[in-house]
Amino acid sequence: MPATTEPTTDPLQPTGPAAANREEHRMARTARSGLALTVAVLSTALAVSVVAAISLGPATMPAGDTLRYIGAALTNGTIRPDEVSDYTIIWAVRTPRVLLAAVVGAGLGIIGVAVQALVRNALADPFVLGVSSGASVGATSVVVFGAFGALGVYALSAAAFLGALGASILVYLAAQSRGGLSPLRLVLTGVAMAFGFQAVMSVIVFLSKDGEAARTVLFWLMGSLGAATWGSLPLAGSAVLAALVLLRRSSRSLDVLALGDETAASLGVHTEALRRRLFLLTALVTGAVVAVSGAIGFVGLVMPHLVRMVVGSGHARVLAVAPLAGALFLVWVDLVSRTLVAPQELPLGVITALIGVPVFITLMRRRSYLFGGR
Amino acid sequence: MRLALDGISVEADGRFLVHDLNLDIGSGEVVGLLGPNGSGKSTVLRCVYRALRPTAGAVLLDGTDLISLSLRDSARWVAALTQESTAELDFTVREIVALGRSPHTRGNQALSPRETELCHQAMLRTTTAHLAEQSVLTLSGGERQRVFIARALVQEPRVFVLDEPTNHLDIRHQIDLLSFLRGSGLTVLVALHDLNLAAAACDRLALLQDGALVAIGPPAEVLTPEYIRKVFGVAVTVVTHPATGEPRLLHDLDTEAPREGTRP
Repeated sequence: MPATTEPTTDPLQPTGPAAANREEHRMARTARSGLALTVAVLSTALAVSVVAAISLGPATMPAGDTLRYIGAALTNGTIRPDEVSDYTIIWAVRTPRVLLAAVVGAGLGIIGVAVQALVRNALADPFVLGVSSGASVGATSVVVFGAFGALGVYALSAAAFLGALGASILVYLAAQSRGGLSPLRLVLTGVAMAFGFQAVMSVIVFLSKDGEAARTVLFWLMGSLGAATWGSLPLAGSAVLAALVLLRRSSRSLDVLALGDETAASLGVHTEALRRRLFLLTALVTGAVVAVSGAIGFVGLVMPHLVRMVVGSGHARVLAVAPLAGALFLVWVDLVSRTLVAPQELPLGVITALIGVPVFITLMRRRSYLFGGR
Repeated sequence: MRLALDGISVEADGRFLVHDLNLDIGSGEVVGLLGPNGSGKSTVLRCVYRALRPTAGAVLLDGTDLISLSLRDSARWVAALTQESTAELDFTVREIVALGRSPHTRGNQALSPRETELCHQAMLRTTTAHLAEQSVLTLSGGERQRVFIARALVQEPRVFVLDEPTNHLDIRHQIDLLSFLRGSGLTVLVALHDLNLAAAACDRLALLQDGALVAIGPPAEVLTPEYIRKVFGVAVTVVTHPATGEPRLLHDLDTEAPREGTRP
């Protein structure tokens, strides 16, 4: 098409294509350095927050001591005999817990991005596919019936993970149709199944003789990292890392998926295969995260939106920032949960909602952010 | 690049949406696909841009069956402007246009300077360069349509398939688009509603009814009162454009068979 129709409305044209192109390169560079800056700031903040969160607690340690203990643990260094109990608190209790908070936050952040792309719905979160309620059924049967007793302390995690996978398989089979996985069908099936699983869980809790069971189940449902140990880190950590690498690699396909299935096909993206991969990835990682932390709401729903407000919607950029933002957020949430009413612990889901809702609504009103529409 | 539809049929729920359709489009030829709603225009186009697989027959690119190519490979040859005009996310115009390069780039790889330049040229061509940093969600329907055309252009296709591309466009941009298609050297298959624009813009027209080809040929042979009455059920008078010699249709408001009780 000739470019002569709106010469006065195009500010780039009077300067000629070459100048415009230079301008374009400059802006592309600025955008990239803006992203690099955001990532650098968030990484630094995360590192500082992790050390701070490890130091803070019912027994607060100076950050210097914290770093010295961690250094000693990592390099097989030595500490004084009177420091052993502090060292144990730092290295055996708080460090794995804070790191797990970071892993879970990062995982919920990126899976939120993946699910929203998968079902093409801004209101989707990692739990919309029925995964968390499936996990709850698993966890509840451990709490009430003592299922998987042979697994000891890992029984709850194992049962939650299996429950999550079972739920995912059911949702997948029910949502499957001739045309592949349709986004709307996935959401509807997920929501419907979630009600079913919740009913099953309620019945189990209701029929149990043990009043404490209900409380334990509720606490687990709202999310907690109280059971974190070094043992819970490797699986969750590698699941989240693998998901991040895979999703980053397909970030352009995720962008294309947002343009609609027809357009995606014309741009060479096999939407059916991509959706199947995303579903599998989401189910596994959500399962792994829920198994170690319970169902922490809100992070996976809101973190992707917050990140998009700051860096734009391109998935390469969103996926670079969302894990850092999610990790940072959850480290602080966990800190608040175990210090606010210490020695009691608040469920994480309570804090994520109390902090997240006002922050999110304020940001949304202040920025001209559009949720896939006007 | 030659595009051939070789006896394609599309069957859904026991009904033929397209039945045994043959269409041969020469390299650089612009062919318009005409027909009433539900005549199968979009279905034919969807087979070409791979959103749909014909239940019988084949779509051939220079003799190669499209099905034998990966989606990605065929997207390097065939670009499409679909009827989907939604973009769920708050992408900028520049980002949307750059996505046209996705069949040519691997994974998360950044665009090369040549590709960035290509995007810029496509935006200039579609007069969308001044919108580059705006969110697509804030654009008007016509602006968005032009952004999507720019995206298809940076795909560097040899075949361009357009499903009612003039929807939402004002007359200036309709004419811009169709003159561009004529001069582009691309092999073009375009579904159009405006018969007069089709006559002006296309080398040949194909008239579809109930999924089958009724007529194909130069505009003057296809846009006859007989065919138009048969396919669309409307009466027209055909005149000749005094300057270009192309046929022009003048529509009459149901003068031949006024329905009882519908007129005052």
